[in-house]
Amino acid sequence: MELLDNLALGFSTALLIQNVLYCFVGVLLGTAVGVLPGIGPTATVAMLLPITFNFEPVTALIMLAGIYYGAQYGGSTTAILINLPGESSAAVTALDGHEMARQGRAGPALATAAIGSFIAGTIATVALAIAAPPLARVALQFGPPEYFSLVLLGLIVSIALARGSAIKALAMIFLGVLLGTVGQDIYTGTPRFVFGQRELYGGIDFVSVAVGMFGVAEILRNLENEQTRTAVVSKVKNLWPTREDRRRIVGPILRGTGLGAALGVLPGGGHVLASFTSYAVEKRISKRQQEFGRGAIEGVAGPESANNAAAQTSFIPLLTLGLPAHPVMALMVGAFIVHGITPGPNVITDEPELFWGLIASMWIGNVLLVLLNLPLIGMWVRMLRIPYQVLFPMIILFASIGTYSLGFNAFDVYAIVLFGLLGYILIKCGCEPAPLLLGFVLGPLLEENLRRAMIIQRGDASVFLTRPISAVLLALALAALVVAVLPAIRKRREMVFTEDE
Amino acid sequence: MRTSSRYRATARMIATIGVVSLIAACSGNGGGGNADAGGGGYPDDNITIVVPFSAGGPTDTVTRMIAEPMAAKLGGKIVVQNVEGAGGTVGAGEVARAEPDGYTVLMHHIGMSTAPALYKDLGYQPLESFETVGLVTEVPMTVVARKDFAPATLKDLVAHVKANAGKVTLANAGIGAASHLCGLLFQTAAGVKLQEVPYEGTGPALTDLVGGQVDFMCDQTTNTSGQISAGEVKAYAVTTPERVKSLPDLPTTAEAGLPGLEVSVWHGLYVPKGTPQDVVQKLSEALKAALADQKVIDQMAKLGTAPVPAESATPQAHRTKLEEQLGTWGKVIADAGVKAS
Repeated sequence: MELLDNLALGFSTALLIQNVLYCFVGVLLGTAVGVLPGIGPTATVAMLLPITFNFEPVTALIMLAGIYYGAQYGGSTTAILINLPGESSAAVTALDGHEMARQGRAGPALATAAIGSFIAGTIATVALAIAAPPLARVALQFGPPEYFSLVLLGLIVSIALARGSAIKALAMIFLGVLLGTVGQDIYTGTPRFVFGQRELYGGIDFVSVAVGMFGVAEILRNLENEQTRTAVVSKVKNLWPTREDRRRIVGPILRGTGLGAALGVLPGGGHVLASFTSYAVEKRISKRQQEFGRGAIEGVAGPESANNAAAQTSFIPLLTLGLPAHPVMALMVGAFIVHGITPGPNVITDEPELFWGLIASMWIGNVLLVLLNLPLIGMWVRMLRIPYQVLFPMIILFASIGTYSLGFNAFDVYAIVLFGLLGYILIKCGCEPAPLLLGFVLGPLLEENLRRAMIIQRGDASVFLTRPISAVLLALALAALVVAVLPAIRKRREMVFTEDE
Repeated sequence: MRTSSRYRATARMIATIGVVSLIAACSGNGGGGNADAGGGGYPDDNITIVVPFSAGGPTDTVTRMIAEPMAAKLGGKIVVQNVEGAGGTVGAGEVARAEPDGYTVLMHHIGMSTAPALYKDLGYQPLESFETVGLVTEVPMTVVARKDFAPATLKDLVAHVKANAGKVTLANAGIGAASHLCGLLFQTAAGVKLQEVPYEGTGPALTDLVGGQVDFMCDQTTNTSGQISAGEVKAYAVTTPERVKSLPDLPTTAEAGLPGLEVSVWHGLYVPKGTPQDVVQKLSEALKAALADQKVIDQMAKLGTAPVPAESATPQAHRTKLEEQLGTWGKVIADAGVKAS
């Protein structure tokens, strides 16, 4: 009953007119910045933080949180429509989402993303309300060895992201990991692969890689011949998911939500793993494996749900322990402080209105997002009818502006050209960019946690096997590797066919 | 990449104008200040304060707190811009190369005095490339440990780490971070060499400390006071000569028996060398006014810190502090044999 009282308190706070209004402003802005690659939620929250200084604390946090999960929502739109993902989770959505768009099924893809996100958001909000404090305690059991094993498992399951050869996918993962090592080593401060360029000290920016490898490379490929080019503007079949679609997305949405909610709790990068772990799972258990990568609606439903559930539960460490799991959360810690609330375990007892109000507002935000996004689908789909002579330069323009706005660094814009060309060459070689991108995102996490675990243990590697959670994850990783690679080697001849299309 | 901060600020404005104007319209009093405060003279354009660290971090928070009252005093508008990278040296280098006209200002912390020892080919020199404007605040640091760590007092801690130097782990938020510097000073003061565990920022480091993965660390009150008052971490001492108001029961390092560990994360404002003296003076006056603002005092108190006294918010006092700190840290870092590049 205490839960009901708490939720009642939460909703009575979140439903105050100014809170609903700023929740809407937050999710609207979030959707807007999510749609554009580059100006991500972190930059937006940073810019708007000073404005919220004059708000009530709960109102300020409701709006800032809205920007964050709104952006997760909006991020899928450009990924589906024009293969331009702004962050790693959207890159997974682009795999099948953009294929669906090319087949004239952008509407169902967008609708699935919105519906999946809503269901995931709702369930994750309930999870937050019921079990936030104990979940946060469990998450603290994850130290460097556990994160290392988790990320390793994640890297191996990401082989499933490729529709072609598992060996090539593995090669792409390694290439991504290598690209991820560029920049200053955090342990020794040694600059690696920077070639004297200060701009590279902080590493290559993810958005540059994603926009180049997906967006620009896609355009280059489309310019090749008339036939593939027209594919982008092919006939729009239907706007809404068919009955068959609806039947197919239920399972992926629920499984994605569970996975995402669980991974999102882990402050050391669990939310990064959510969407593609879900993709890998769906592909593995699907009876239609061959459809994945060619417009399988499950490949949109699962990852999108997982991503949104994770976005929601990643607030757990912040709200219950005051520990930020993401740069946006770190900004919210700043917002707490400015409003005179010391982030930490006491927030839940000292400021129950704020804690429960914020949780309730997340559900309201999810409702607002669905109301906002579903009617927009028709408009987005119409965008695909723009002739390519206009659409392609526009994509390049937006990609450049977005990338430049990241750090006002021309270097990042040059990088999209480079990665566009690299992406094109790789596609021509039958290598897919998605595993590379995930290697790029997870590589630094893998290295950081491996080295940290070794430092803490003074070089004793047995810790990975003696800590139970880590040992279990490593065993799963080994199993996943065997499952992924063995049939690939056996069926090599078949693969040769599926690679070039 | 050669563009000056002002142009970059303009680019930011253009890129996100829709976003900002929407919010300004909604928040009623949002947009606030008026860029053209009438008449000529400084300032007749937006002033950009470059924060060389990420948005939302302690330095950024302090900057945003004083930006509004400073702008009010100057009769202009202040834009805060985060130029991150390489321990604050990217942002500092950019301001060093900016036009010396008072429209590009740098907020930097203790890292200004440690960078020359940590980085080779810095591209600027703290005393030669900048004019000091004034000190802003000195944030105290705290020595904290995982809550089940055996030592009960700072004295016990020193004895414990000396006896178990091969086992104890000392976390920090990365090379050149305040927690790293404080950790170095702790090792110097205690006369021991410990295994350091660097993290990418304070958040992850504190997470592992609360989770009991590492033994102890030294970090700013801004980050630790919430965890201390909730009993999630064990606190030993605060590293300033006086106790902090938000943690009245916590002894100072001198009281607890380790007087050599005195350090604060001092913040100051800088402008590029060659900025006209009257502009520097105007900025310094605005800083003083901001630091006397009751709202700023209240907000800083919640961070466990306070504005510096008015006499420290001057170019001279700031310069003296910078010179003294360059000497201190140059030695500590050289003795520890640490290099960032």
